[in-house]
Amino acid sequence: MGRNRKYLGQIFLAFLKIAPATFGGGYAMIPLMEKEVVEKRKWINPQEIGEIFAIAQSVPGAIAINSAIFIGYRLAGVLGAIAAMIGILLPTFLIVIALSILFIFVKDNPYMEAAFTGIRAAVVAMILFAAYKIGLTAVYDKTTLVIMIVTAVILLFLQVHPVAVILAGIALGIVIVKVKEWFGYATQLEKDEDK
Amino acid sequence: MELLSLFWTFLLIGTVSFGGGYAMIPVIEAEVSKHGWMTTQEFTDVIAVAGMSPGPIATNSAIFVGYHTAALPGAIAATLGMVLPSLALILIIASVFFKFHRLPIVKSAFYGLRPIITGLIIYSAIHFALANRVLGEWSFETISLLGIFSLSLFALVKLRMHPIVVIVLAGICGIVLY
Repeated sequence: MGRNRKYLGQIFLAFLKIAPATFGGGYAMIPLMEKEVVEKRKWINPQEIGEIFAIAQSVPGAIAINSAIFIGYRLAGVLGAIAAMIGILLPTFLIVIALSILFIFVKDNPYMEAAFTGIRAAVVAMILFAAYKIGLTAVYDKTTLVIMIVTAVILLFLQVHPVAVILAGIALGIVIVKVKEWFGYATQLEKDEDK
Repeated sequence: MELLSLFWTFLLIGTVSFGGGYAMIPVIEAEVSKHGWMTTQEFTDVIAVAGMSPGPIATNSAIFVGYHTAALPGAIAATLGMVLPSLALILIIASVFFKFHRLPIVKSAFYGLRPIITGLIIYSAIHFALANRVLGEWSFETISLLGIFSLSLFALVKLRMHPIVVIVLAGICGIVLY
């Protein structure tokens, strides 16, 4: 137990160190995390880390937090998972709180108001850019193209909750693949990686 | 009461947050305006601040919304709600079923989920454009905002500029123009 407690501290510190070093979304943390837990600390072997990232991506939540939880669990069970999760969350949590306080102070300043008018236009571009990046791997046949367009149109013109749309997506994927199977078509389930 | 409501709302959002943080923006926005916690325009600023902070954008937005609504306890409630579903699911998968993501049914689900997520984010971009007058009646403001939007998109896609750099440059354009 004594050894275990020391281990928990190490797990917590390892993920605490990774978190604040990366800007621009959770994906930016992945190469850093790999370096820390595979190369430096040799906690996880190179084959296993790929598998962990793949699972982290197919579970709801941010990939960086999910990976940290998974690695923490592999190292020291449920307590390890919690130590890793708090480690990866804490720095960004504090930074966001600090920025929120700062934002509340400056937002009524006329210069900041003007700046944020411009920034809001950039945020729209950031969101569209995210759609473009996901679209590159998500949309590769007629079915996926139609699903994407219909989804955007339905959300724009009908009062449908986004959560309902996400749940429908899960059901739709399973049903379409089954139906195509009945009619003798095979569905390519992922885009070819020819990079 | 507000704390419990924040926790439950983000627990729901955390449970469905598939496909990267940006997919969660319209979901968080729908819930935030339903509860009257923020306007769409205020929430756009949240995304800007969340995008400038290190870490995942959806979690960062949850922290900000929680803080805005009920100070530090609110931020903690929202964050816990957001990460508990991930923690629970990963503990189950890690202890019971390591090959979860290889299951054919999971792969089929993602076949439908991915384009829906893409459509969801496209909708979200249009929705935010309308709420912030990037799209709308022709006026100096709309045309210039459309200009900032186009340049930002160009900088992100073609010049591969970092989002933080784009946010800062757009802010400078805003100060010069408005």
